[in-house]
Amino acid sequence: MLDKLLNKHEFYIALTIVILAVFITSVNSTFLTVANIFDLIKSSLVMGILSLGTFFVIVSGDIDVSFPAIAVVSMYVTSKLFNYIGFESSIIAAFLLAGAIGIVLGLFNGFFVSKFNVPTLIVTLGTQYLFQGFLLAFIGTGIINNLPKSFNDFSKMSLMNVKQGRLIYSLPASSLILLGAVILTWAIVRYTKIGRGIFAIGGAPEAAKRVGFDIKKIQYFIYGYSGFLAGLAGIVHASIIRAANPFDIVGIELNVIAAVVLGGTSIKGGKGSVLGTLLGVGLIVMINNSLILMGVSSYWNRFVVGLVIIFSIGATTYRNKRGEKNYA
Amino acid sequence: MPKGDNKNNFLKSFALVDLINRDDNLKRLLYITIFLFVSMSVLAPDTFLTFRNFSSMAYQFPEFGLLSIAIMLAMLSGGIDLSVVGIANLSGIIAAIIMTKLVAAEISGIALFLGLLLVVLVAISIGVLAGLLNGFLISKIGITPILATLGSMELFTGIAIVITKGYAIYGFPEAFLALGNGSLFKIPAPFIVFFLYAIAFSVLLNKTTYGFKLYMMGTNDIASKFSGLNNMWITIKTYVFSGILAASAGLILIARTNAAKADYGSSYTLQAILVVVLGGVNPNGGFGTVLGVILSVLSLQFLSSGFNMLNISSFAKNFVWGALMLVVIASNYYFNRRKEKKAKESA
Repeated sequence: MLDKLLNKHEFYIALTIVILAVFITSVNSTFLTVANIFDLIKSSLVMGILSLGTFFVIVSGDIDVSFPAIAVVSMYVTSKLFNYIGFESSIIAAFLLAGAIGIVLGLFNGFFVSKFNVPTLIVTLGTQYLFQGFLLAFIGTGIINNLPKSFNDFSKMSLMNVKQGRLIYSLPASSLILLGAVILTWAIVRYTKIGRGIFAIGGAPEAAKRVGFDIKKIQYFIYGYSGFLAGLAGIVHASIIRAANPFDIVGIELNVIAAVVLGGTSIKGGKGSVLGTLLGVGLIVMINNSLILMGVSSYWNRFVVGLVIIFSIGATTYRNKRGEKNYA
Repeated sequence: MPKGDNKNNFLKSFALVDLINRDDNLKRLLYITIFLFVSMSVLAPDTFLTFRNFSSMAYQFPEFGLLSIAIMLAMLSGGIDLSVVGIANLSGIIAAIIMTKLVAAEISGIALFLGLLLVVLVAISIGVLAGLLNGFLISKIGITPILATLGSMELFTGIAIVITKGYAIYGFPEAFLALGNGSLFKIPAPFIVFFLYAIAFSVLLNKTTYGFKLYMMGTNDIASKFSGLNNMWITIKTYVFSGILAASAGLILIARTNAAKADYGSSYTLQAILVVVLGGVNPNGGFGTVLGVILSVLSLQFLSSGFNMLNISSFAKNFVWGALMLVVIASNYYFNRRKEKKAKESA
């Protein structure tokens, strides 16, 4: 039992988070307050939703850098369209439309990835420019501050309110979107053939083909799903920021990839877990949000994140390398 | 075209016309470059076809060109270097700090010259150190290049932010600014620097054993290992060269803008990768030429200068750029498939 635990990457990441949490709390006790924890959750929503799509992409052995562009296009187009036609009644419609736009753009990625034998980093770089360039050149560059009423209502909705002194802290309803995405992704991995296919084509593509997995179909699914989640993340982002800025989100891609890999997903594909991915996101968000609580200036954020990436991935790689030697 | 063919051709001679004729991707790229040049000239004849425009383009693209060659080297080895912009900014900032001290000391003449020489040396050494770290993480520890340089990019940018606290550093000696704004016989200084580097790296890649080994390792690292090459050393060297190029780009950048900032040009990283791939460099390693990258950088510059003159939103440029990328991917695929078919039929 303990042996099994010690072999799990998730265990080490969780341990790091706990140690870090204890350390931060010992320096500054406000870390373990409801207010701060709500704040951490709020900060990790968009990254968390995006990371689940990236998780599939990386498990299948690919890299995608276009998902933030998909998120921002879905967010902006949906907001602008709803404002234009004066549709205010339901946030669910916004999520559906943004998700649909995300799926279409994701399938576009899927087409290029499955059809042409080119590294997916390159394909998705191209589509990132295409999507965001199209948005900014032809749809709009202005920040939409007056979001449809349904957006504003949604951003004020909360799952839980905690009163501390005169201030009220709330857990935003958009946390449910992350929760839903987590459950859905986990279920796909656990219970569906396509979920096993994603791991199979990442671990050993040739073998996956021979046992009868339809690689193209799986790739369409991966990129469509990733696009879908990106669309949802876009609306969540707009509801948290309470504005739709077409320059937002893009630029987060390398951070999300870092978080997913930090969570134990192998960049070579075939290995990884939903739990690990969430822990990876949690760790990065925690570092970004908590240095300031420890009296360290936020200027150190990127330095510390860089160190964590290098040491964590370096340690894993080194351990695997030694493990391989033992087998031989 | 099988990779082996390219390589044999490559070693036989290096005449420009021959090279372009032999390499279909390069030929297509040349057509694209000429097409963009001609169409911009036709669309904006009064502004595009002027000395002023050419001169301003020659000031703009060198720093970006150097970063692209840096990424190309890493790609030839089968890896990638995401940290080039981080290295450029970090070395630029250290150089800037030393220079503000020089200005404060109010030195001139020989002392200033020696001081600036020191500045350049220190900046380049930072590039070397950064490259050593990347090379070490990749070849010794065994971290995948994309992750190792992703981490080091954060690290380098992080250090730069900590040093500057997010502020810009400005106010450099006039003599140094010439590197970014000066000219020699009307040829812009940054262009001269870029030209020298481009020639140096062409020679390095085509005429030295290092270049030969790099292409070989990039084509098949296991084969190169078993034929007795020291993959680790080649990798480290490659990332050091990449670091030197990045640091040089950083120097030109701060000389041109007269300011050093920690987070300058963060969008350059992905853009440079795009340029390199459009330039015909194989992202899996082993194939690519400096000439291809130069043509690709020039196309981008023609496109963006032309769009500026035509008052087209600069965002449309990104759209066209992305579309071009996808068209190239698709057309390469179909061209190569047609060629394979032909080869099969004739066999």
